[in-house]
Amino acid sequence: MCLSIPSKVVEIDLERNVATVDTMGVKREAGLELMQDGDVQIGDYVLLHIGFIMNKIDESDALESLKVYSEILEKLDEEERRHLVEEDDNCPNRDA
Amino acid sequence: MGELQLKDLYEGFRNPQVIEGFAKLIHEEAKKLPHPINIMEVCGGHTHSIMKFGLPQLLPENINFIHGPGCPVCIMPKERIDHAYILAEQEDVILVTLGDMIKVPGSKGSLQDARAKGADVRFIYSPLDALKIAAENPDKKIIFFAIGFETTTPMTTALIETVLKRNITNIYFHINHVTVPEVMVELIDSRDEHVDSYNNRIDAFLGPSHVSVITGSKIYEKFPRDYGRPVVVAGFEPVDIMEAILMIVRQFNENRCELEIEYKRLVSFDGNLKAQALIEKYFEKASLFKWRGLGNVPESGYKLKEEFSHIDAEKIYADILPRQEIEDHKLCICGDILRGMAKPNECTIFGTACKPQTPLGSCMVSSEGACAAYYKYGNLLK
Ligand code: SF4
Ligand code: SF4
Repeated sequence: MCLSIPSKVVEIDLERNVATVDTMGVKREAGLELMQDGDVQIGDYVLLHIGFIMNKIDESDALESLKVYSEILEKLDEEERRHLVEEDDNCPNRDA
Repeated sequence: MGELQLKDLYEGFRNPQVIEGFAKLIHEEAKKLPHPINIMEVCGGHTHSIMKFGLPQLLPENINFIHGPGCPVCIMPKERIDHAYILAEQEDVILVTLGDMIKVPGSKGSLQDARAKGADVRFIYSPLDALKIAAENPDKKIIFFAIGFETTTPMTTALIETVLKRNITNIYFHINHVTVPEVMVELIDSRDEHVDSYNNRIDAFLGPSHVSVITGSKIYEKFPRDYGRPVVVAGFEPVDIMEAILMIVRQFNENRCELEIEYKRLVSFDGNLKAQALIEKYFEKASLFKWRGLGNVPESGYKLKEEFSHIDAEKIYADILPRQEIEDHKLCICGDILRGMAKPNECTIFGTACKPQTPLGSCMVSSEGACAAYYKYGNLLK
């Protein structure tokens, strides 16, 4: 029931209290009833649920976690590199 | 990093190498664990991700998932579905509800069956769709069969507010909104006669992220404080879940017992205050709500406040809506599964008499239920 694909706000109709959002290229409307007036702006990333905007996605937090994840990636490579080197160092065949 | 792209948000949290990276870290930390831990994912959205991405195989032996109550659709008891069925049968009624309710069987059949027999049942994507149906059918009574955890509750109240503000006189409500913390207490508290240490089955919780987008993480404060169970509010992406598990393991290793948020990009401690205010305005707690598979749970549901009785279909149609309780299927062990005592494949009718097409218990009903997830992704089981 709950999808979690983020959407981008592309239009706001204040009269109807409705925003047009773009979700992976699909445009649709979502109610603004659950958001404080003026809180949602064009360009914001939001989470939708059954036709309503539930909340804004905190861009800096999202970027922050993505950064942490890419650090893990780098670290993984490094670890793997070290692992390879160590394995190589301890190679039982070397003395042979 | 430049401007945030949708693609990053979506794919970044599913990166297989990141997932593996977390798996490594978890394996390392888990070596220090003082005892094996059982983590309950309360929400079916998590169960689904866990099974889909094969996360159990990535975890060390001493970390185990317990599948929680799942989804508001699957926990709907037959009694309530019968209410919807009976309301739909009324001549002048159009019953509207959210899509997933379609195949959930009550004692008279599912809403799909009701529709096949001529009842006007419509499945909508958003409560707001009810407005259009009401405008197009002025001589009919539109009854919104409202379902959902805290996540969907404010959307129902937004519809109520619109109906009252615009003086729309042909939309009514049958409220079935349930709340997560109360059922978590129930799951901790419940004991089994056969297993003494049973109430220790759940060591920590993954908190459902979307519930907390609305409520904030604050609803879980009492679990670390009063029950000694850490809670980490986690997103639904596999990376989110792995990160949350690492956070839980570290808590145990560092002898901490805390409430933490993994899903900071959407969840705050306080949550969406406007949505909470809307709920306060229209709803109050019902003394009991029966959860399919789990039985009656005190204070775990909402009902409309007295002053809104004129739009409360449960009150208006009280005469024709049955009150007696209906038992679950004898062989179904959903209750045990939800309490962390059994896994779906331990059920004797799993995959035979009970399948997604012919579900007999709550865990098979929605695609997010534990049995349905095992059925679909069962080959990934460890
Ligand atoms: S409907 Fe929402 S809250 Fe329920 S299981 Fe699915 S994702 Fe979780
Ligand atoms: S397989 Fe079906 S009957 Fe068995 S526990 Fe799961 S839902 Fe219940």
